[in-house]
Amino acid sequence: MARRTRDMGTEGGEAAEEAEWVAALRSGDEASYVALMQRFGPRLLSLARSILGNEAEAQDCVQEAFIQAFKKVGGFEGRSPLWPWVRRIAVNACLGRIRARHRQAEATLEAWQPEFDADGCRLGLEPRQLPAADELLASDRVRAAVRAAVRALPEIHRTVLILRDFEELSTGEVAELLGLEPGAIRVRLHRARAALKKQLEPAFGGKGM
Amino acid sequence: MASADRSLGPMITCREFEDFLGDYLEGRLAWGARWRFRLHMWMCPECRRYLRSFRRSLELGRRVFAEPDESVPSEVPPELLRAVLAAVRTPDDGDT
Repeated sequence: MARRTRDMGTEGGEAAEEAEWVAALRSGDEASYVALMQRFGPRLLSLARSILGNEAEAQDCVQEAFIQAFKKVGGFEGRSPLWPWVRRIAVNACLGRIRARHRQAEATLEAWQPEFDADGCRLGLEPRQLPAADELLASDRVRAAVRAAVRALPEIHRTVLILRDFEELSTGEVAELLGLEPGAIRVRLHRARAALKKQLEPAFGGKGM
Repeated sequence: MASADRSLGPMITCREFEDFLGDYLEGRLAWGARWRFRLHMWMCPECRRYLRSFRRSLELGRRVFAEPDESVPSEVPPELLRAVLAAVRTPDDGDT
């Protein structure tokens, strides 16, 4: 599902099909609205839930995003595929929610950063043997731990990680979406990645999972 | 890794290795910094293992999040469809 959605519009046949679809959307054809919601809705709900960590808010944001998309579709020029356009609207809706919330203290993140001694030497022991990704992912507990680790990140770090690493947007695209400088995105991304790694250490060391 | 005196030459500390890591993964390190980063990685098993775990955790994240979240409905809830269509049928002030 994820891969298919991401690849939409990259092949000639699909591009032509999408152009017809855009024309129907611009003409106000309700069947095309429903088709768009059915095609992109589950992926958007999953993305919004990952960013917001809350099912009800995710549904609200996706609903708001679809309404905005259909009201703005007259201005959609079709130079890029529909999916990134709709995704951008949904991410912006999620960001609006996040800005409206009380900002979560970043102190939590500090506990998940690597530690060094006074000479700059790394503290803590890394496992000598690391289980293969396939082996780790065969465990439901590890898969749940990965989702929980991402959910536990402060919202801005979680959003950067999801957009940059999981949705595979460029650093520049994430910076533009979030209204931050690319350097600020890189700092947050690295801290989010380090925090994800720290939280997954029990799975790597075979302890606790 | 044994403590490294920066004044002695190209050897960087584990902390500096960490500072370089994001740019290294994005291919943004200049030649000299990349060389120092790799030299440290070669000399320091702990940072080598750290980087391996770091990459593995990202791979797990990518793969888990590439799949639909099973707790999210695989179809759009009908009430969401109805609410959107109702809202779109009702022009607001900005549309008139």
